Amino acid sequence: MESLLDISKAEKKNKLYDSITPNRFKRTIIKDWQLYVLCAPVIIYFLIFEFGPMYGVQLAFKDFIIGKGIWGSPWVGFKHFERFFTSYQFNIILRNTLVLSIYSLAAGFPFPVILAIMLNNIRGERFKKIVQTTTYAPHFISVVVFCGMINIFLSPSTGIVNFFIKQLRLEPIFFMGKASMFSHIFVWSDIWQNTGWAAIVYIAALSGINPELYEAAKIDGANKLKSIWHVDLPGIMPTIITLLIMRIGKILSLGFQKAYLLQTPLNIDASEIIATYTYKVGLLDAQYSYSTAIGLFNTVVNILLLIMANQLSKKFNDVSLW
Amino acid sequence: MKNNSIKNSIDDTVFEIFVYIVLGITLILVIYPLYFILIASFSDPVGVNTGKAMFFLYNPSLEGYKRIISDNRIWSGYLNTIIYTAVGTTINVVITMMIAYPLSRRSFSGRKAITLFLLVPMYFSGGMIPQYLLVKSLDLLDTRAIMVLLSAASVYNIIVARSFLEANIPEDLYESASMDGCSQFRFFSAVVMPLSKAIIAVLALFYGVSHWNEYMRALIYLKKESLYPLQLILSSILIENQVSAAMVDDVLLMEEKNMLKELIKYGVIVVASVPVLVAYPFLQKFFIKGVMLGSIKG
Repeated sequence: MESLLDISKAEKKNKLYDSITPNRFKRTIIKDWQLYVLCAPVIIYFLIFEFGPMYGVQLAFKDFIIGKGIWGSPWVGFKHFERFFTSYQFNIILRNTLVLSIYSLAAGFPFPVILAIMLNNIRGERFKKIVQTTTYAPHFISVVVFCGMINIFLSPSTGIVNFFIKQLRLEPIFFMGKASMFSHIFVWSDIWQNTGWAAIVYIAALSGINPELYEAAKIDGANKLKSIWHVDLPGIMPTIITLLIMRIGKILSLGFQKAYLLQTPLNIDASEIIATYTYKVGLLDAQYSYSTAIGLFNTVVNILLLIMANQLSKKFNDVSLW
Repeated sequence: MKNNSIKNSIDDTVFEIFVYIVLGITLILVIYPLYFILIASFSDPVGVNTGKAMFFLYNPSLEGYKRIISDNRIWSGYLNTIIYTAVGTTINVVITMMIAYPLSRRSFSGRKAITLFLLVPMYFSGGMIPQYLLVKSLDLLDTRAIMVLLSAASVYNIIVARSFLEANIPEDLYESASMDGCSQFRFFSAVVMPLSKAIIAVLALFYGVSHWNEYMRALIYLKKESLYPLQLILSSILIENQVSAAMVDDVLLMEEKNMLKELIKYGVIVVASVPVLVAYPFLQKFFIKGVMLGSIKG
């Protein structure tokens, strides 16, 4: 048996080695041609709609002139980047993006972990099911409907939140009209909508922990809190770190839709973020090159952040995305 | 030792009661806003505004829904959304399965290169304007096609499907089929697809919900109102407060008009969310399966 395995291993090695030579390469492609055909639609889609726009990134270094097209427009170097970095909006939108993103991460990240651990430590299976089913549901509400709900609930004249505030004989608060309120509304509504969904991954990770570990902890005299600390948390730590890296890598790619939909002229000082600004400058004001430059800046910072976060996690935890 | 274990079990009971209370509160916090929208949409708007419809229906009426049903914009938005969702999801599922199958085969020579190729745009993308200019140059602005084409496949879902096929379609299954002269095409359509019903359901759900809720693409690429999907119509009603005049113009008093507008808002939220929420309980076990598959190799 073992020798058989060895032979097949040796064969594999040979194949691998052979596949590098051009002749063999051609032959494997011919052998797999039907599989390549199956891949073709997605590859074509990616070439056109995902890689196609990359060609237009050069606009960030050009002055776009419609008549001349992307290729023919003149190069201008870093002009648009300089303009962006020195514009007075730069500080504002960078600050807003960072505030919303880091606030979301800091306030929102622990909740799914806590929810998953709580669900893992109760015995009532039916209750568990009910809580899970219910907390996932808000994730499927569309962002438009969700922002509409926020508007309705927080309306100063007809909203239910202000109804309670008025009941307490306090002045109604115009939530959507206050820049100082924006980040709280943005972050906490997000926690309401996505905690349950985000917990699924942790619930899955927790269910993969060896039950003997809990037994051993019990025999060693650990109560539930201690077994959470010594068994549950270490068990899901790799999952936590992986998700954290991915979140950090996306810190500047804060979603366009929700910020845009919750924007009002009154809270714009806190709600204008990179994504909404790119949209307005680019599509509403048709400053194509300038907007492309801002987008490119955003992408590059994201990649750097992701690499940094991954490096840190490799160093301290031996967990890496790649 | 004994004392310790008694103390532990008391601790644990206290802890468990605490957890039940916290989860109970969580449950109420999640359900109440949804429940409120539902009862408010069926109640008399005066009652909603004066806090009489906080927990139960007040003067049940279908006034809001009547006005919603008589509005053309909502109907056309609904129809467009159904078209985009049906056509889009079909394309999505078919081409996702088509590429997921080869990528799940260890013996496939293009496996590594194609996977890498798919991962690049996750980190580096052209951005909003280059994509807009591309769509413009392809003459796809203001067409139904762009609503379907721009999201033809997602890397995340391809990875989910690939993990499923890796685990469920053994490599040697094809080898034995090919002895009988079965081509990869036939194997894919006659063996792989029928064995993948569970993952096809997951994909259809993920893609379907994202089409149903799609907003940004329509905002950027569509100008003609006749092509607007439901979400764009909703945003003008819910966010810009533009309930069409025809819906409330028979009412003269300003205050009453505003109340009706609020009632219509509750109603459209329900109308827009019903298809997803009705399907949800039946489908949720598939959703969870999908997320778990994705998390293995995300």
